[in-house]
Amino acid sequence: MENIVLNKRNKIHPHKFALWAAMASITMMFGAFTSAFIVKQAAGNWLEFSMPVEFFISTAIILASSACIHLSFKNFKKGNERHYKYFLLGSLVLGLSFVVFQYFGWTALYAKGVDLKGNVSGSFFYLISGIHALHVLGGIAAMIVAIIHAYSLKFIITEQRINRFDLVVNYWHFVDFLWIYLFIFLIISK
Amino acid sequence: MANVIIQEEDVLIKEQGYDDHFHEHHHGDKYQAGFIFHYIFSMDHKIIARQFLITGIIWAIIGAAMSVIFRMQLGFPEESLAWIKPFLGKWIVVDPATGIGKLAPEFYYALVTMHGTIIVFFVLTAGLSGTFSNLLIPFQLGSRDMASPFLNMLSYWFFFLAGVVMFYSLFLSTGPFSGGWVAYPPLSALPQASSGSGSGMTLWLVSLTLFVVSVLLGGINYITTILNLRTKGMTLWRMPLTIWAFFVTAILALLSFPVLASGFFMLIFDRSLGTSFFLSDIFIAGQALDRVGGSPILYQHLFWFLGHPEVYIIILPAMGLVSEVLSVHSRKPIFGYRAMVYSIMAIGFLSFIVWAHHMFMSGVNPFISNFFVVFTLIIAVPSAVKVFNWITTLYGGNIRLNTPLLFSIGFVSMFISGGLTGIFLGNSAIDIQMHDTYFVVAHFHIVMGVAAFFGMFAGIYHWYPRMYGRFMNETLGKIHFWGTIICAYAIFWPMHYIGMAGVPRRYYSFDTFEAFKHFNDLNKFITIFAIIAFFVQLLFVINFFYSIWYGRKMKTKNPWKANTLEWTAPIEPVHGNWPGNLPVVHRWPYDYNKDEREFVQQHIPLKEGEIGDH
Repeated sequence: MENIVLNKRNKIHPHKFALWAAMASITMMFGAFTSAFIVKQAAGNWLEFSMPVEFFISTAIILASSACIHLSFKNFKKGNERHYKYFLLGSLVLGLSFVVFQYFGWTALYAKGVDLKGNVSGSFFYLISGIHALHVLGGIAAMIVAIIHAYSLKFIITEQRINRFDLVVNYWHFVDFLWIYLFIFLIISK
Repeated sequence: MANVIIQEEDVLIKEQGYDDHFHEHHHGDKYQAGFIFHYIFSMDHKIIARQFLITGIIWAIIGAAMSVIFRMQLGFPEESLAWIKPFLGKWIVVDPATGIGKLAPEFYYALVTMHGTIIVFFVLTAGLSGTFSNLLIPFQLGSRDMASPFLNMLSYWFFFLAGVVMFYSLFLSTGPFSGGWVAYPPLSALPQASSGSGSGMTLWLVSLTLFVVSVLLGGINYITTILNLRTKGMTLWRMPLTIWAFFVTAILALLSFPVLASGFFMLIFDRSLGTSFFLSDIFIAGQALDRVGGSPILYQHLFWFLGHPEVYIIILPAMGLVSEVLSVHSRKPIFGYRAMVYSIMAIGFLSFIVWAHHMFMSGVNPFISNFFVVFTLIIAVPSAVKVFNWITTLYGGNIRLNTPLLFSIGFVSMFISGGLTGIFLGNSAIDIQMHDTYFVVAHFHIVMGVAAFFGMFAGIYHWYPRMYGRFMNETLGKIHFWGTIICAYAIFWPMHYIGMAGVPRRYYSFDTFEAFKHFNDLNKFITIFAIIAFFVQLLFVINFFYSIWYGRKMKTKNPWKANTLEWTAPIEPVHGNWPGNLPVVHRWPYDYNKDEREFVQQHIPLKEGEIGDH
């Protein structure tokens, strides 16, 4: 990874561009899920259910988490070490609670009688939110690496560290926006 | 004289090249040291390209051998196959009374399925695009390596793992997956549906999921490298057509493979977690399953949303390689450079809105079919533009009739023959008769199977000196070409007639069909040529591996007198591709026979008053 030779004429860091390409790819996958959802729904035999309140809470949590990591990044660039670390930790805690609340949401849904094995509408719900949660876990892994960096490395602001952190921040915002899209989609299309 | 020119070029890069301070860091030595990190877990694009190529060749031999076995069943159903029993074991059922061995029908289906999967994904996607994107993108753009050499290495090793899993599945006691390379449910969704639907299908899914990861990691890297790491002066409109083709290919892969992945996830849920995305109203052995509400057509949509761009993922790199080879060996600028680029883009765009032409007979709405018919036929336009430009490039050229050029011309020939039958198949009305017949088999084998192989061969013969510092044997190469093109037409031309008569593909035997009896001789003819074609390919394999160690050595940097940057790098490859500065680009790559100069390489500055580019 380190043997990339920064070319001064690059307007965007190649790793960041690669991340964006990966996001395009992930977006296509969820685009495929939601298109399949629409097609299947139009074919009928569709169970309608209301979304448990847990999912509204988790949505608020992931939004807050995104705001947190944004503040952490801002403070990092400003050189405010304390706030950078606190906001980063806060973002991780909120990210983990998002996954926990998704899990509560699934159990609440199951308690309502919406089974993974039952009507396809329920299967789609578990599939889409489940695969999204896996992507969030990937983001959490990246954030843990960022935290290890934050607490083990000496606090210096270098171009390389800004770039690295920027990748984590970008991905985290991405899974956040992805969930907002999926959440709104699942609410209006039921 | 030649040596003098090379001296001058070196000086040019040294004095006027672009200094990116690459060699001040010494980072290369870290992972170049030692055999394991140099040749196995290498992060150098040149080594990774060769890894993709050799793995692809091994898979091609396996895939081709499978086709020979099932062709023997089709051509000579009465003959005994007992002699292959040592290789296939229980899949050859020997009648104890007569001693006649027969291919087990379920293994016939497994062979057909594996042949398709292996050739489409492992050979023509990874082996073709993986090899040449890796080799040529950094070289022709004047970059040190890929944007992320580490992800590039992972891309190869995911492909390797996918191959290991698929290879393992060939030896299962229930056989590998046997429901067709498209893996339609319910055969793919219910483990109890057929013998290959159990563990065979599970491993197929695991393997292809790993393969999707490999393709995505590769594609991300290719796009990023092309957009971010071009050398100074290498504007988009100065990129060789090879790079344009790899670029659009990588975009197609990046946008279409995830859709396949989502189909796979749903399939995995259906198989393992009891959902019914693709299942409804199914009876197995007279028992109704309780899985209701799904739709197998949904899988077909998801599959073909990848499946159609996939055929362009296969053919576009071949087109790019052929464009470059045709121009270099006919010593003429490529005709209509911009038209070529725009048609690559048009083909790439259209490939996303034609997928349902694979499903005309699956019960899609005929009005929706019309939409797909129209866009399918429009693809003929950019394709015809490309064919016209290739032929015009050849016209009046100072042609060197060597193996790479022969294969490129062969590519154009195959692409025309196979492309024309595509126009028949693209019509939903004609498809009622042609659907799932040997006409389809003939069409896609010619247009994306043989043609893509020809593009790949042209690329291998042309860039072999760049990969191994030696040349492949020219005589063997020419025998290989003529043998292959004669066999290819002898195999697939007759299949059109069989298909027009309505003979369905994928059938194990036609014994019970009175109407198809008179094709027995034609089937024998096809099989004989398929066997010859297989042995002709072995000539290539021998030539390839022999030449790595004993081929004629490459003595000058630019043996083909080509313009692109890979021929300015040292013969002995170095980490970072250029020992000192990077070349700076001053012109487009097709300045052949310009101002009485036979060729002008891209890094040579414009003379005073010379008009650059195109």
